[in-house]
Amino acid sequence: MPNRLSMVVFSGTVDRLYPVGIIASGAVAMGMEVNVFLTFWGLEAFRKGRPESNQKMDMNYAEMAPMMGQAMMQAKVPPWIELLKQAKAMGNVKVHACAMTADLLHLKKEDFDPIVDDVVGVGEFVSEARDGEVTMFI
Amino acid sequence: MAATEVTPLPTRVVDARGSFCPGPLMALIGAIREAKVGDVLEVWSSDQGSRRDIPFWVNKAGHELVALADEAGYTRFVILKKR
Repeated sequence: MPNRLSMVVFSGTVDRLYPVGIIASGAVAMGMEVNVFLTFWGLEAFRKGRPESNQKMDMNYAEMAPMMGQAMMQAKVPPWIELLKQAKAMGNVKVHACAMTADLLHLKKEDFDPIVDDVVGVGEFVSEARDGEVTMFI
Repeated sequence: MAATEVTPLPTRVVDARGSFCPGPLMALIGAIREAKVGDVLEVWSSDQGSRRDIPFWVNKAGHELVALADEAGYTRFVILKKR
C-alpha cells in the first residue's frame, strides 16, 4: 500500500486552506505522498491570483476573523499557499483540479495557479485515494 | 551544564525560533538534506509541536537525537545525520 495521504479540498476559506498547507507539510515530512483534489470552493480558491487575494473566512467565526488575521500577521505566519508550495518543493505532492467544477466554471488548467498539476475526473482521484492509507475531506 | 559538554559541536545551527508548526521540522528536514552523513545539526525552536514532532521524525528517518535541551523560551535539538 503506498504511503499516501489524500485530501478532498471542498472549502475555499483561508481558515480551512491553512490546514491543507500544514497537513500536506506534515505528511511530506513523514515521508508520505500527498494527493489533493480541489473541488467547488476549494477549486475556486486556486484560480490564478486567488491564493494571494483571498481573505474569506468561515462566517461562523466572522467576529474572530480580524483578531486571527492580526495574530497571524504579528507572528509572521507564512501564507497558506506558501506552506503548500514548500511541501510540494520538498516531496511528492500532486494537486488535481476537479474536472466537473472546472467544466461548470469554464476553466482550463491554465486558469489556475501553477501549483495545480492537472484537471482530473473524480474516478481517477478516488482510485488513487483507495490505494492510500489516509483520506480526508476539508 | 554537564549534558551540553558532551554534545558534539554542531556543523550547522538552524534557528527556527518564532516559526510555527511545522516550520521548525521542515527547516530541519531541509538542512538534513543539504548535510553530509556524520554532520551534527542543531535546531532551535520555540514551537510546542517540535517537542514531539522532531524526535519522532529523527527516529523515523533513521538519524539520532543526540541531545534535547530547554533554554529560555525555546528548545535546542541536536541531531546526528546517520544516513
